[in-house]
Amino acid sequence: MKKTLLIFTFVFMLAALFTGTALAQDSTPPTDNEVNAIAKQLYCPVCESTPLDVCPTEACKDWREQIRTMLAEGKTEDEILQHFVDQYGDRVMAEPPAKGFNWIIYLLPPIIILIGAIILFRSLKEWTTPKVVAAGSSVENEAGEASTPKDEYLSKFEEELKKRK
Amino acid sequence: MLAEFGYGVLVVTFLVTIYSVIAAYYGARTKSTKLVESARRAMLLTFPLISVSAATLIYLLVNNHYEVSFVYEVTSRSMPTYLKITAWWGGQSGSLVFWAFLLSGFTSAVTLRKWDRDIEFLPWVIVVCGITVTFFLGLVVFYENPFTRFWQVAGGVEPSMFAPIAGAQLFTPADGRGLNPLLRHPGMVIHPPMLYLGFVSFVIPYAFAIAALITGRTDDRWIRLTRRWTLWAWLFLSFGLVLGGRWAYDVLGWGGYWGWDPVEIAAFMPWLTGTAFLHSVMIQEKRGLLKHWNMILVILTYSLVIFGTFLTRSGVLSSVHAFAESAIGPLFFIFIGVSFVAAIALLIWRWPELRGETEMKSMLSREALFLLNNLLFMGILVICFWGVIFPLISELFTGQKVTVGPPFYERATAPLFSALLFLMAIAPLSAWGHSTIQTLGRSMWKSAIAAAVVTVILFITFTQNIGALVGFTIVAFAIFITLQEFWRGARARQKTQGEGFFTALARLTSRNRRRYGGYIIHISMALMAIGILGIEIFQSETQGTLAQGEALDIAGYTVEYRELASWDNAGEGVNYTRAVVDVFKDGIYLGELNPRIDYYAEAQQNMTIPGNRSTLRDDLYVLLVDWQPVSSMGATFKIYVNPLVNWLWIGSLLFLVGILVAAWPDKDPENEPVRVTRSSRQTSAAD
Repeated sequence: MKKTLLIFTFVFMLAALFTGTALAQDSTPPTDNEVNAIAKQLYCPVCESTPLDVCPTEACKDWREQIRTMLAEGKTEDEILQHFVDQYGDRVMAEPPAKGFNWIIYLLPPIIILIGAIILFRSLKEWTTPKVVAAGSSVENEAGEASTPKDEYLSKFEEELKKRK
Repeated sequence: MLAEFGYGVLVVTFLVTIYSVIAAYYGARTKSTKLVESARRAMLLTFPLISVSAATLIYLLVNNHYEVSFVYEVTSRSMPTYLKITAWWGGQSGSLVFWAFLLSGFTSAVTLRKWDRDIEFLPWVIVVCGITVTFFLGLVVFYENPFTRFWQVAGGVEPSMFAPIAGAQLFTPADGRGLNPLLRHPGMVIHPPMLYLGFVSFVIPYAFAIAALITGRTDDRWIRLTRRWTLWAWLFLSFGLVLGGRWAYDVLGWGGYWGWDPVEIAAFMPWLTGTAFLHSVMIQEKRGLLKHWNMILVILTYSLVIFGTFLTRSGVLSSVHAFAESAIGPLFFIFIGVSFVAAIALLIWRWPELRGETEMKSMLSREALFLLNNLLFMGILVICFWGVIFPLISELFTGQKVTVGPPFYERATAPLFSALLFLMAIAPLSAWGHSTIQTLGRSMWKSAIAAAVVTVILFITFTQNIGALVGFTIVAFAIFITLQEFWRGARARQKTQGEGFFTALARLTSRNRRRYGGYIIHISMALMAIGILGIEIFQSETQGTLAQGEALDIAGYTVEYRELASWDNAGEGVNYTRAVVDVFKDGIYLGELNPRIDYYAEAQQNMTIPGNRSTLRDDLYVLLVDWQPVSSMGATFKIYVNPLVNWLWIGSLLFLVGILVAAWPDKDPENEPVRVTRSSRQTSAAD
């Protein structure tokens, strides 16, 4: 690992020397912390649900080295993240980007929770309204529903009675 | 020979459970006590049968019968015997047998109880449990047979139960592949059985609920009968989750305990509905309300249990294709779908009979707050469920794979969890039936002031982070209120009974175990929240490559690299690389830590074991990430400081205490609040 690091640094220094442009940027290699800060936000397509900064596989090590190289080249965080998205698709990001179809994932839960809350508060309101008042006022629905089984029974009973007569 | 025997017994068990289900069904339909009794006995027979089959499997595992493909996949010669035994649940087919084994054990236990006047439930409980056992056994018998063996055929080696062509010889590999080294941790040895115990025990309340729906005995009898099952199920599930977290913290080497992995969430979802259920059944018991909702919750829990079992083992969530290719994936979905639809259909059929017996009087009553609690739990469930299945949906509709990682869940659930904590604080103060702002305010103002004082102190001395302050305030509020409840109860007892304070406290708790056990659980939840807030908000980390004698600084600690050694343990097939680092804080030497990497040659897998220095204030968690084998000079360390995380584990221990207090079988039903004569008989019977 250190070897590759050295090579990268060497290559970078050479490149810097030749172009003479990047010299003004710092010549120290990027630290592990700088690499991890970016790696933390990425997920490789193979290691499901393990962020790149802690993933122990060789492939992920390789990715971290890529980040290090790009940092050494002076790329910004956004550029590096975008590089991985371009290469491997949106799935390398910890969350789906909020666009197009993906909006569903962000919208659906709050909508369902909201509907749940509305149902809950309406039911609570209904339950906490004393039935006496409800029956007295013109809210027939509630009182009517509550006594449906009995009413059905009664009406059938009455029907039967009528038939017998 | 043994493999055929084990498989034969499985097939017989499968047939016996089918018979049991059919006999119970017709027994119930024709009101034939004989048939029902026959079904009950058949069900009782399944447990010893599966045990024999399982014992055969364990024998094969322990004695290196690598011609059996399951044995080959999960064990190897270098594994100690106890790990070979626990490898039983280390692979998919074995764990399906394990599931069926547990459920048939529980079903036997429940059919052995004295049924007295609940006898009408019996056949339907057998039907529901029997169908579930049959489903799992069917998977094992037809698709995931743990007794499948390797056969030498012309084209190579073929796995099959019986000789694929006449005269084919068994093929026995020299050694097995061995259990994934990550799973060889003690935490991983007990974590799956705990989770499974939790999963399986939730089937029992579900079976009673369905029995209640079918028989039309829609009062709260089924709830009272299964109260303890539910609590124990919840205990095992919770404990399983905590163990899983601890295992991740100790073994996975990413400095955390919970990664919002679909597999973790799969185990968490039944816990959410189960917890909501535990709360909302109290409303039905006390007030006769919410009968529909409790049915829905128990049906959901059952479906999520089956879903969770499926996910935790098969990993099919990785892609639509993996799902379609897995033989048992679609079967699981059909089973979940059919059982869910059937249960909901039953519920709709009985809907009118499940009306509430009373009405609610106030939006602030205990039952209203419990409903709010249920809403929050369901909200978290929706987020979890949606997050888990969205990648599949996205792939299905757009062909685009996406990752739904921790940031999504954390952002979405954090407000709901905070609201839950807040509710947890105030709900115990509200009264059944009726509360007002005034009554609530009167009983909470002292705790509110105390919590405010804590917040101010924290603001001055510890943090100015708003999110953290809000969190800690709610935690402090919840703890103070709960302690105040204990204090009030004990004081009241002290006055009326003339007991000493601690005697009063102990008696108060032991006489109202469900309530005060619940309060202990509330306090433990608040403590766990402290740990979670600490690690989520204040975790710091650094990484660097050090030469010997160099040090890394982090959060006041200095970690100095002293030496590193690497050696092989040929017997175990493991290479250990262990570093020694010295830890200083503000210049004071605190001791050494030994982070290490274990390399398992046969599995070609690394395990990164942290060196962890744990205090109530924070954990210093040092990982050896890499080293240079030639010189042994440079080594890369990753260091986390996880503030307050220990409170998470302390909270979980207290949680266990609380739940044991609440769930321990009653000896002394003295203070059963209502319907004393009935409930005393029930509790002894329901155990």
